Amino acid sequence: MSEDRIFLSTDSPPQEPAALVDDFTPSLITQANHHLCPGCGEPIAIRAAMEAIEELELAQSTITVFGIGCYTAFAHNLDVEVVQALHGRAPSVATGIKRMLPDGFVITVQGDGDMVNEGLQEVLHAAARGENITCLLLNNGVFGETGGQMTTTTTLGQRTKTSIEGRDPHQHGHPILLSDLAATMDGAAYVARCAVNNAGNVARTKRYITRAYESQMAGAGFGLVEILTMCPTGWFVDTLEGPDYLQDTLAPVHNIGELKTLK
Amino acid sequence: MSDRALMEGSEAIAKAAVAAGCRFFAGYPMTPFTELLENMAGLLPEVDGVCMNAESELEAVGMAWGAATTGYLAATGSTGQGLSLMQESLSEITNARLPLVVFNMARGQGDYFQATRGGGHGDYRHIVLAPMDVPEAVELTRLAFELAGQWRTPVMVLGDYYLAHTYQAVSVPAIDEASPEAPEWALNGSSGGTGTAKIISPLGGGVEGEEGFDLGAHYAECAAHIQALASGVEPLVDVGHCDDAELVVAAYGSVGKFVRYACLRLRDAGHPVGYVRPITLWPFPSEAVQDAVAGSAKVAVYEQNMGQMVDDVRLATLGALPVEFIGGPSWDHSGFGIGPDINVPDISQRILDVLS
Repeated sequence: MSEDRIFLSTDSPPQEPAALVDDFTPSLITQANHHLCPGCGEPIAIRAAMEAIEELELAQSTITVFGIGCYTAFAHNLDVEVVQALHGRAPSVATGIKRMLPDGFVITVQGDGDMVNEGLQEVLHAAARGENITCLLLNNGVFGETGGQMTTTTTLGQRTKTSIEGRDPHQHGHPILLSDLAATMDGAAYVARCAVNNAGNVARTKRYITRAYESQMAGAGFGLVEILTMCPTGWFVDTLEGPDYLQDTLAPVHNIGELKTLK
Repeated sequence: MSDRALMEGSEAIAKAAVAAGCRFFAGYPMTPFTELLENMAGLLPEVDGVCMNAESELEAVGMAWGAATTGYLAATGSTGQGLSLMQESLSEITNARLPLVVFNMARGQGDYFQATRGGGHGDYRHIVLAPMDVPEAVELTRLAFELAGQWRTPVMVLGDYYLAHTYQAVSVPAIDEASPEAPEWALNGSSGGTGTAKIISPLGGGVEGEEGFDLGAHYAECAAHIQALASGVEPLVDVGHCDDAELVVAAYGSVGKFVRYACLRLRDAGHPVGYVRPITLWPFPSEAVQDAVAGSAKVAVYEQNMGQMVDDVRLATLGALPVEFIGGPSWDHSGFGIGPDINVPDISQRILDVLS
């Protein structure tokens, strides 16, 4: 793809104060105001997903299938075509679209409750099938929209409303590491995990999403980008503590990096 | 029309579906629906269509949902049991205003309520067509796709083991390889980046803003649409010998064909019996049933279940005359809905018992 894409260097602090995200809105997000909580990581992930669509000139061939979670609010804020699916069911809906429109560009946006709890079989079947779609998992380790209950990706020891003393493997079982699982599927072409808790990780997120999109454009098969996102409200931590909490709680278990790339 | 040929119901329905423009099918094998899936898997690739042997009914209906958003005519199906799994999606597909045809090859007639009451969560109904045999199924399959496209709503073709597995000489329409043109609401990605990208959502299409989108307004629109369906879809019914009948017998589907035959033979023998066979189970042909029973003293309802359509017959007749249930569950060892009681002598005797 184009060689002139600019990635911000994160090796040293910026010389000038960074522009606030609110200072400009990507063209494919029509309504910058949203109802998500302060400190939420999901808008950052969706922004990266939309910027990558724009940069790869996919805006007029993209159909985005949304699951159900806080991020669903963005289904109505985008200037790309959207199909709203049920909780957990986006990969099968995306499959029907992609099979009828093989030249279309099809992505899903789902949370951990959606993709890893309710819809685990859907995403794994899509991966095994080598479905040429890109699934984006916004993983914050809790059910954010319902107020911070345990999901299958909640890490051991993590406190949620339904694991109040911390997730105990004897009582609550162990977390599912979705990307690791998906990467074992022969039909999966690109699988990567990243986060949006600091500038470097945001840049990495955009980079991984771009590679996943390029993988779909090349017809390589199933793509998954898991993005660890902050949920200070659901984690019951101060807004400003969100990024560090992600780094200390989710990131050591759900390891960041590319798990499967194009040969 | 092509020449008549001896064909299993599943094959005839599949051919009629593709001839009606169906280009996507997804299903999960389950008796007695399986052969419909097999036939679609053979037919659709010949017209550049897609058939998916989905990993579950949940995924089958999801895939059909996605395919329907592209404007291609899509269908799925199962038995009543599999339909139970699909209901969450079917409810939302209805609210997303998408055309979809659902073939329900049920086991017996115990899924009448599931089919006619919406089946899933929420306040909705589906158009339900209940053919009595293979030739009628071919015709109603065409109608199902037509109604689904016209009203942008799921339409169910409700059959059973008898319909799916009976071989009958039947004419099926020739398949036109050209696919129908996509409607204007369909998605193909091209409205992206224009400032007014399309959205297809069971939650409505409003734009999130300071005020938020109005789910209440969307549900009100959905309710109005269901009401428009209820009054706008033409109810279909098959009526015979009701003008001078003392007893009118109501039945639907394959069982309705047995009941109809029993009534005709009883007529031949001089018994004052008529029949009414609802073909659209929703909207229920209440007025036609009312008219059919207007001159009679009693109504009997025969169903292969504990009595479900009998409720609709009672609602249609509003207490104007006695409505007696003369059916009942009937199963052989397979549990697939093959009823030993579904035979003309047995049905005739039950009718005569009511008549006397």
